[in-house]
Amino acid sequence: MSTYTQFVDGSQASFGGDEFIFVEVATDMDLEATLRVIALTDAVSSAEISGVTDICPAHVSYMVRIDPDIRDPREVLPILEEIHERKAQESKLVIESRIIEMPILYQDPWSHDVLMRFRDRHQDPNASDLEYCARINGFASVDEFISAHSSRLHIATFVAFMPGNAECYQLVPKDLQLEAPKYVRPRTDTPDRALGFGGAFSTIYPVQGAGGFQLLGRCAVPVYEAKQPFGPFETNAVLPKGGDIFKYRPIDMGEYEEIRQQVEAGTYKYRIGVLEFDLSRFREDPIGYPLTLAEALP
Amino acid sequence: MITVVQPGLYTTVQDRGRFGFYGVGFPPSGSMDQYSSAVANILVGNNPDAAVLETTFLGPTLEFEQDANVALTGASVDITLDGISIPLWTSVSVKKGQVLAFGGAIAGVRNYLAITGGINVKPMMGSRSTYVASHLGGYEGRVLKPGDRLEILQDSEPKEVRVGCEIPEDLRVTPRAHQEIRIVSGLCHYLLDPQSQELLISKPFTISTEANRTGYRLKGDQLSFVERRQPFGAGSDPSNVVNLGYPVGSLQAPSGLELICLMRDAVTGGGYATLATVISVDLDILSQMKFPETVSFESVSLETALQLRSERAQRLRNIAELVNSIA
Repeated sequence: MSTYTQFVDGSQASFGGDEFIFVEVATDMDLEATLRVIALTDAVSSAEISGVTDICPAHVSYMVRIDPDIRDPREVLPILEEIHERKAQESKLVIESRIIEMPILYQDPWSHDVLMRFRDRHQDPNASDLEYCARINGFASVDEFISAHSSRLHIATFVAFMPGNAECYQLVPKDLQLEAPKYVRPRTDTPDRALGFGGAFSTIYPVQGAGGFQLLGRCAVPVYEAKQPFGPFETNAVLPKGGDIFKYRPIDMGEYEEIRQQVEAGTYKYRIGVLEFDLSRFREDPIGYPLTLAEALP
Repeated sequence: MITVVQPGLYTTVQDRGRFGFYGVGFPPSGSMDQYSSAVANILVGNNPDAAVLETTFLGPTLEFEQDANVALTGASVDITLDGISIPLWTSVSVKKGQVLAFGGAIAGVRNYLAITGGINVKPMMGSRSTYVASHLGGYEGRVLKPGDRLEILQDSEPKEVRVGCEIPEDLRVTPRAHQEIRIVSGLCHYLLDPQSQELLISKPFTISTEANRTGYRLKGDQLSFVERRQPFGAGSDPSNVVNLGYPVGSLQAPSGLELICLMRDAVTGGGYATLATVISVDLDILSQMKFPETVSFESVSLETALQLRSERAQRLRNIAELVNSIA
């Protein structure tokens, strides 16, 4: 058996040791590939393949984990191949999704304290992360960058790394896509709920810890809660799901503190709306279509 | 109840691991050396899912407030019960009031302490394993501290195991300062240039001081990647890819500078090209290694990896038969 198996739709599969199969659908970040990965992994999930313990979609690839004591992984590969053949004909460009509002204190003091401690690991030791991001993306001010980042929606295209973490891609035309490198060397500290930005992706750090994304602010509400579950965490310790759409709403310190009190009392109500995301409509009107999605917020 | 007098360096509650949540960012966690952990459970008559204590370099000092049968496996270490040495890989009876104390590991890294019934912490998402980074599972989601009190699960139908039952030498783990670690090629291996593909399986790598439940960093010759147009969204370093899922045991080489093998508490994905995967039975072996020990990687087929895995399962069945026949 050769190392790589090519599927009819151009995907490439290989084994990750005796427990994993890795399937690379595309190598470039591309929303159509992301939606294909969602459709494919949904199909793998519906197939209820015995021995498959985990199905892990990523931006443009996915993994399945197999318990080889139950099922020989070599028997699972042709099942995946068959699913790719079946799905090659259909291009599912619509997914069931949610829109979730995340209140963000951009330029918060806690992230600022942390990022100042790690200036020696940054591309530009004399600027803050936000000042750096604004400059390299051609904005005259930090406020303009914050406006560009927060005024348009972000879609979760890879839920991974740690529980609660969701890498989100902004729903804008490619020429408006913001970009920033990760730190030269990762920080050993990041506040929990910090809003990070790296490559073309935004994320909210679920817990305090190491990290390499540029720090833009801090979210008032958690994305992971195992200890004192409230609201959405009563059924699942993790808030984001693949395909969720996030609205980062800038707030001031007063509102931040108010929301924090509600979160700690367990009374905060997430604003979550249910919707369908249609990639073809996004392509036709990448500015106007996302605005209509925001209307699904309660 | 068992009281933790001294916690040791990094002692956690672990079991076979957490399944079904990898896709939302939960690594499996669980005992790093699954074989030693399983043998410890067999020796005290536990089912394979029972939770054990995993130690790191220096284990805890524990005061028993109840009678219990225990078994210790894994690293070579001096362990005493009320000051008197007790054997490893053997079921031992502990009486109420006695104190079990670990010395430092002499060879190997991790020990497994199984207690009849298993350690009773609340299962989280189907497992009692501790995942410290997300404060999940185990004892309050963290490593043990002085004064912690561990509850023992009362098995309704415990298997009788004779105290003093001993695992034969050839079925024990033997830590060595150099090991052949077998890998299955695949994932983004095609991104390594041909010389580096060869180098990976021909040159030794040294385990660094950064080697823990999250990952093992290894020092060796620098690896280089094929020249290509970097994909959109990947990042500018040739070792960067658009973020993808990381298998447990997968190897990566950020900027080609050092090799990282992801272990059972690793992040579930990220932006570095994955090059190959350590086979599951050899993750047990690697888990007992430390700085400055060395490994050589040997590329094997998936067939070989599966064969070795079923041989490990057969060894465990033989051990269970042996232990039960003595009972």
